[in-house]
Amino acid sequence: MKAHYGYKDGSGDYFIVIDSDKCDGCGECINACPNGVLELILDEFDIEGGTMVAVKDEHRKKIKYSCAPCKPVSGERKIPCVLSCRTNAITHSW
Amino acid sequence: MSQITTQEYWRWPEYRYTVPEKDWHNAKILTAGIDIGSVGSKAAVMLDGELYAYAVIRTGGVSEETAIKVTKWALEGTDLEIEKIHQVVGTGYGRVNVPFANRTITEIACHARGAHYVYGPTVRTVLDIGGQDCKAIRCDERGKVLSFLMNDKCAAGTGRGLEVFADLVGIPIQDLGKVSLQVEKEPQPVSNTCVVFAKAEALALLRQGWSKEKVAAAYHAAMADRITDLLTRVGVSKDFVITGGVSKNDGIVQRLSRLLNVKPLSPKIDPILAGAIGAALFAKALQEKHLGLR
Amino acid sequence: MITAGVDIGAKYVKIVLLKDKVLHRAKDVVGFDVCKSATTLFEDVLNKTGLSRVNVEKVGATGMGKNEIYHKPPIDASSTISEVFADAAGALYLLPSVRTVIDVGAEEGRGIRLGENGKVKDFVINERCAAGAGTFVETMARALEVGVDDMGPLSLKSTKAIPMNAQCAVFAESEVVSLIHSRVTKEDIARAIHDAMAGRIASMVLRVGVEEDVLLVGGVALNSGFLPSLKKELNTEIIVPEFPEYAGALGAALIAKTMDE
Repeated sequence: MKAHYGYKDGSGDYFIVIDSDKCDGCGECINACPNGVLELILDEFDIEGGTMVAVKDEHRKKIKYSCAPCKPVSGERKIPCVLSCRTNAITHSW
Repeated sequence: MSQITTQEYWRWPEYRYTVPEKDWHNAKILTAGIDIGSVGSKAAVMLDGELYAYAVIRTGGVSEETAIKVTKWALEGTDLEIEKIHQVVGTGYGRVNVPFANRTITEIACHARGAHYVYGPTVRTVLDIGGQDCKAIRCDERGKVLSFLMNDKCAAGTGRGLEVFADLVGIPIQDLGKVSLQVEKEPQPVSNTCVVFAKAEALALLRQGWSKEKVAAAYHAAMADRITDLLTRVGVSKDFVITGGVSKNDGIVQRLSRLLNVKPLSPKIDPILAGAIGAALFAKALQEKHLGLR
Repeated sequence: MITAGVDIGAKYVKIVLLKDKVLHRAKDVVGFDVCKSATTLFEDVLNKTGLSRVNVEKVGATGMGKNEIYHKPPIDASSTISEVFADAAGALYLLPSVRTVIDVGAEEGRGIRLGENGKVKDFVINERCAAGAGTFVETMARALEVGVDDMGPLSLKSTKAIPMNAQCAVFAESEVVSLIHSRVTKEDIARAIHDAMAGRIASMVLRVGVEEDVLLVGGVALNSGFLPSLKKELNTEIIVPEFPEYAGALGAALIAKTMDE
């Protein structure tokens, strides 16, 4: 499942996409994120349950701002959560 | 009873229904799904996975009270009581506040599952536009979620955006869609996405002498454009359905079909109930698991 | 040489008349007809200074309405200048040591980073969303039922920082109403509003990097409640010049002077 966390507003599209089929729940991205944006949550998508990585609720409506420090206007873009993921389960839309 | 004389254009009526020919005493599995949304709360009661009774009310200040109220109202006139229901699944924004729920399931999964019941198993894309959010879900033939997004940050593209507009032009919210279709030629969409700016733009158009219908058309067109953008992010595959309160707005539905070149399926049951029905179906799966049937 | 800078913003039109120093400043609300609002104010400025259009050699236009007056009489602006460059030029004139310019207007927020030489190195713009600009404070003031000018003084009297969750001006309005109902004081709500907006502006500015001196300009700089919130968010000193809302118009007048027709 591709979970798109974030939003679109008048200023643009801001989504962190987590592919739960690729995510193995290792939690490296959680450690890599300097702003504590990510967390491991209970899978509420089925009655079986399990865990999965997700964007924390309190960041979902402001990731444009939460992720701003990792996205300088100029210079090389190295997004820690994306780089830390061995299975390429994380992408950013902006 | 005193009659309400002040008109509030955003206010919609509450309702309930019981399927007359069904008797719960004959059912093996009694389940309920309670969908506590930010604006509306819905309860669906199902007998062996078939809809039996439902109610839709406005969400009050205390979610727990709303959950009890909507369920009791759904059961009104039947002699079924909450305690006799085998499994209850809570969903929606206030899902953790359903005091008698056995489990919570995210509204994304419930909407996908519920859409399969309401529209049939050919459904692959579900668009749910509620009072305060907009969800796009792509699912497989079993109603399992493949891709989803939810936008609850921004009022644009939600029912709230329409409420703001209804208030501005003084047209009841339930008539807004129809009014927006009363134009000979579709005007240029409102250029601002942000509801605050779009409202100012709409006001400027009204002052320029545009009719309410034409401004409504421009506003609805902009909203449909925005929703289309969101949908393409998760991908659109057939069959396509629209649920949530805004599915009742023909102005949005018709424009979306045009933009996406897909005709949404017509529901067999009020699609506002999709989340609650999905939750009740998850509750059935839960009970089957409990009984060792799966 | 006398030049003029006309900055047509979302809410106000600002005009600066410049010779060797600022001769005159004026602003007025932008009405329904943008061009007419600018023209009326421009003629008013000429009347007050005893000048006529021919005495003003060059007119630089900036702001979202700049094209409404470019090569269009009677103002007939000789050049259009992007808001970022106008801001930068205005800021440098007001404070030569400036390295970071933050401009928060009615509908746009901007962060500009200047190099050693005063050239624009990087910039970031937050637009088309009311949550990131002055409109947010204005909308919230309406929900609080106070004047927008009272927001600053109210906020400064706050005794408690409380968070605001809504990130959208429309949803924040409902949040303000529920805060009022739960008996949070207007002072604390006003501060929460400024804190929320300052948080958004600060995150935006961090993308260009913050280097001192930091100058805050634009209409929102007049709001005394916003400054402490922004200072706290950025953890730096922030200078607000006199007449901060005229920075863009001033810059436009300065740049127009150097430009050929």
